This record gives sequence, structure tokens and C-alpha cells, in this order.
Amino acid sequence: MRKPEPVQVVKQRRDALLGALVGGIPYIQFLGISFDRRGDELTGLLAYDDKLIGNPMLPALHGGVTAAFLEVTAVVSLSWATLWADLEAGVIETDDPARVKLPRLPKTVDFTVDYLRSGLPRDAYARARITRSGRRYASVHVEGWQDNRGRPFAQANCHFVMPRKDAAPDGA
Amino acid sequence: MAADPATLARQFIQAIPHAQALNMTITEIEAGIAEIVMPYDDKLVGDPATGVIAGGAVSALMDTCGGAAVMCHPSSPRGTATIDLRIDYMRSATPGQAIRARAECYHVTRAVAFVRATAFDEGDAPVATATGAFTIEGAS
Repeated sequence: MRKPEPVQVVKQRRDALLGALVGGIPYIQFLGISFDRRGDELTGLLAYDDKLIGNPMLPALHGGVTAAFLEVTAVVSLSWATLWADLEAGVIETDDPARVKLPRLPKTVDFTVDYLRSGLPRDAYARARITRSGRRYASVHVEGWQDNRGRPFAQANCHFVMPRKDAAPDGA
Repeated sequence: MAADPATLARQFIQAIPHAQALNMTITEIEAGIAEIVMPYDDKLVGDPATGVIAGGAVSALMDTCGGAAVMCHPSSPRGTATIDLRIDYMRSATPGQAIRARAECYHVTRAVAFVRATAFDEGDAPVATATGAFTIEGAS
């Protein structure tokens, strides 16, 4: 019987791939978003910063920041779901994850955000649920919360056009 | 006597830290119509393969512009917050070009303002459109 792979090797491979996906997107760095991974599940983390404020009187997070955070979480979660499947199937070569050719990102078609309560001046979290992922289109629901998981401050529904599987990674 | 709504609205928008972080400039703000320009910036890129600005940055611009349109509405609201916003992305913004959003607050009730907005780059066809509902905080 083959010995199972050491858990650290598996984790390192998965985290390196996630790091390549997230680290390559400048806007994610600008907003200060990172992703926490538990198995295949991702949680977006928006670290509080003064530049994220929209109403200095309250103060409250900018509605656009909240929208952007939810959209980023949706795009990354959707792309990650595809990558995860390929990684587990051994389709992606990860001997050098820094050089992994990532697929094109899904394209946002539309995005609807509901503001449920004002965004507090502290860290925020978000998780996406892929309600439907087809060959061409995907539908994603995202929820954002701060102190209480049961009291979301925003939610969003978005639609995406999926990258073509046969397209070259560089977009050619 | 209070300053006119347009002046107040302009001050209100220019005091927003995130609008400053995105280098937004108000080019028009009067009678429920606002126009804001956001320059292209490498740090706003959402797809490294193409250099296209992230949808989220366009959302932030649309949201700010929608709020600005509400603030300069003749009903003179003292404040506003977004209730919901829907954005349709028609095409990718051209890398290197500034994005200009124009929002119109076309109807208000005592509690709610209705807004539509369009974003363009330097081309003629819109990059994105948005519709939203905003709160009206204590009209003066």
C-alpha cells in the first residue's frame, strides 16, 4: 500500500496555489483582503484601514468597499473552486507553484448588493456560496459580517461568465 | 444661512477617505446630478492578465457618484446611505483610461432616493450601468 502524502505537503501545495491566485491581483492587495482556507472553504478577511471609510462622521465603511470586498470574495471563491478541482485531479502541476499558469478569471456580468447595516470601522469577513456553476455561467451568493456571524452587514448576488477551458492561460 | 446644496454635497464627498484613496474628482454636482472621474491606477487592477480595473473599484465609483447625486438633490438631504445597488458590467474598461461616472437622482420620497448611473472610459459605449436605492437622512 502506498503511504499517504504527509499533511504538510498537501497543505503547502494548496496554500501555494491560493497564494498565487490571490497575490497576483493588485486590487486585492490595495484593499487589504486576504483569504483564510479550511479545506476547500475560503473566508475573505478585510483588514480595517482608515482609507476604507466612506462616512467619517459615523464612522462607517464605504459602501463601495463593502461591495468590492464581496465581489472579490465571489470571484476568488469561484476561481478557487475550479482550481481546487484541477489540483485534486492532478491536472495542475505544482512542483513550482510560483510558476503555475493560472486560468483566466471569471468575468462579472452583474452584481447586486444589499446593505443590511452600516459597516463598522473594524475587520470584516465574507464567504461565498456558488449556487450554480455551469460551463459558461455561474451564479454566486456572498455574505459579509463583522462581529456576529448571524448578523450580516451586507449580502450580494452576482453572475459571472466563466473563462473558456480551452483558452490559453495568457488570454491568447 | 446655509450654503447651497451643491457646495455642501461637494464638501461631503470630498471628505470621504475612500474617495480620496481612489483619487476621485467631482466634475459636476448640481440638482440631483453628479459626475465623478476616477483615474486609472495600477493598484486598482483586478485582472493581472489584462490590466483591466477591478469591478469593485467601479462599484466604489458608482456608489460614491450615486450618493453624491442624492446629496445635491434639491430636497437637501442631510445625509444618505446605500440601501441597495445593482451594477451591470457591459464591457471591460480599457486599461490606462480614466473612468467617469454620471449619476442622476431621478426620484425621492421622504425616506428613499432612487438613482441611476452610467460609467464610461474614454470610449463612447458605456462600461457599466447601475441602479440603486439610497436612504434620505432628515431632509432639512
